[in-house]
Amino acid sequence: MIHGLLRKVGFALVALFLVGPLLVVAGVSINEKQSLTFPPQGFSLTWYGQIFADPSWRAALIASVLLAAFSAALAVLIALPLSWFLWRRIAPWANFFRLLGVAPFILPPVITALGLLSFWATIGFYGQPWTAVISHAIFFVTLPLVTLSLGFSSIDRSLVEAAATMGADDRTVFRTVVLPMIVPYLISGYAFAFVLSLNEYIVAYMTVGFTMETLPIKIFNALRYGYTPTMASVSVFFVVIAAIVFALIARFGDLPRLLGALSSGER
Amino acid sequence: MKREPPRKLTDYAPLIFPAIMLIVFFVIPFSTMITVSFFRRQQGGFYTPEFVVDNYARFLSPFFGGVLGFSLILAVLVALICVGVAFPFTYALTRTRQRVQVIWLIALLSILSLSEVIIGFAWSTLLSRTAGITNILVIAGLMSEPQALLPGFGAVLTGMVYQALPYTVLVLYPSLIRLDPSLLEAARTLGASPVRGFFNIVIPVQRNTIVATFILVFVFALGSYLLPQILGRPQHWTLSVLITDQAIYQSNMPFAAAMAVFLVLISLALVGLTVLVGGRREAIG
Repeated sequence: MIHGLLRKVGFALVALFLVGPLLVVAGVSINEKQSLTFPPQGFSLTWYGQIFADPSWRAALIASVLLAAFSAALAVLIALPLSWFLWRRIAPWANFFRLLGVAPFILPPVITALGLLSFWATIGFYGQPWTAVISHAIFFVTLPLVTLSLGFSSIDRSLVEAAATMGADDRTVFRTVVLPMIVPYLISGYAFAFVLSLNEYIVAYMTVGFTMETLPIKIFNALRYGYTPTMASVSVFFVVIAAIVFALIARFGDLPRLLGALSSGER
Repeated sequence: MKREPPRKLTDYAPLIFPAIMLIVFFVIPFSTMITVSFFRRQQGGFYTPEFVVDNYARFLSPFFGGVLGFSLILAVLVALICVGVAFPFTYALTRTRQRVQVIWLIALLSILSLSEVIIGFAWSTLLSRTAGITNILVIAGLMSEPQALLPGFGAVLTGMVYQALPYTVLVLYPSLIRLDPSLLEAARTLGASPVRGFFNIVIPVQRNTIVATFILVFVFALGSYLLPQILGRPQHWTLSVLITDQAIYQSNMPFAAAMAVFLVLISLALVGLTVLVGGRREAIG
């Protein structure tokens, strides 16, 4: 079948284009010597060890993981009550806040970064590590907002109504009925925000770039002074983390449906 | 539970924290940036609160015009290539088994979430002389010696297409997966080949989606801030790179802010256009 063959070739070409650069980086990362050569010469996992052994790479790794963990948590804390309110109440004007949450995600990232830079500089907290946590939480609040909206919309309202009829107040309904049902959406929203925060460069750079090195900042700084193989191993490490997280989301949730909601939530 | 309008003051309680956070840390910074764009720049990275339009007047310079023109052309090219490749690809993807689709989606999301730094580094390695693709061509006997393929326009374009392609597929995916299969079945019954069905039915039916996606990818490409810097020469810098450069290295916040405001206006106008096109508008939640 010509048609089937065409499709297979097309898929293979796209796959090659997408995986090619990562394969080269993976190849470079196992070079035995500290040189940028491909195909790799020798085999060594030293550069993966360096991520944890070298103090400056380890510090950057810890900074990135802490930043991602806290900012994703804060993003969820902002998104959860907002999407609960939007689901529970008829208040069209409150959609304005949803729009505010989605805006940083649609606009070019340099805009949010510059806004936050001028803001933190004006109020005098420029360079404090916690400002990056808030900045990333705002930047990525879209993700939990969209997954949670989807989660709420999938709740059967009559079920919740039954609980209310039997005398449960809002707080009890939320804790005993609603929360258990939206936990998967909560987790995937957190995971999305976590992975993206881990990889984010420009907002982190403009807010804390001169006082704290996250991994992307560290890679970029290292890139300007030449090549170290640790960049390659860190890059591979990041791809693997992202793939594991998204595979887990796909395993425990409905990825196609989540994506449908994500891209229609972007407007 | 029925949806009800909020009545008591306590009904608004869940809104307090999100509203404060979004207003204080998004609306106010955004307004700060707009305000700074009218300030006067002082030597040494400071600026004084005055109302001047000098920063906007600099838009009229040939230098800025050049950067703006280049950014727009580059973004158009990236969007054209991405939509051109991603549309048939995504269409074919939605026609495969669920399992295959999920694996592709995981891979696409993983690449989409990659830092621009990592994408830039990966392509600069792939296009380099010592570790690049030309080494493979040399081994295959197609070239006599390896050479560097960067910095240059081709490298910038390739890197940006790489960055935007997963985004394009993921934006197209929901519309294409919902495409009514009976349309194509009807065409098939009437004797049209799958390829003809694709061109005569799928593309016309999805015209609005294609236009909306094109605009979204265009805005996405306008946002690329590192790839032109890592893979290109200074003449390949885009507006986003220039804004970062002015803000951080030239310490000219007012001018950077003015350019950012300009970029917001372009982006908002374009995103507004996608709503007008009315391609895919499903309310969520």
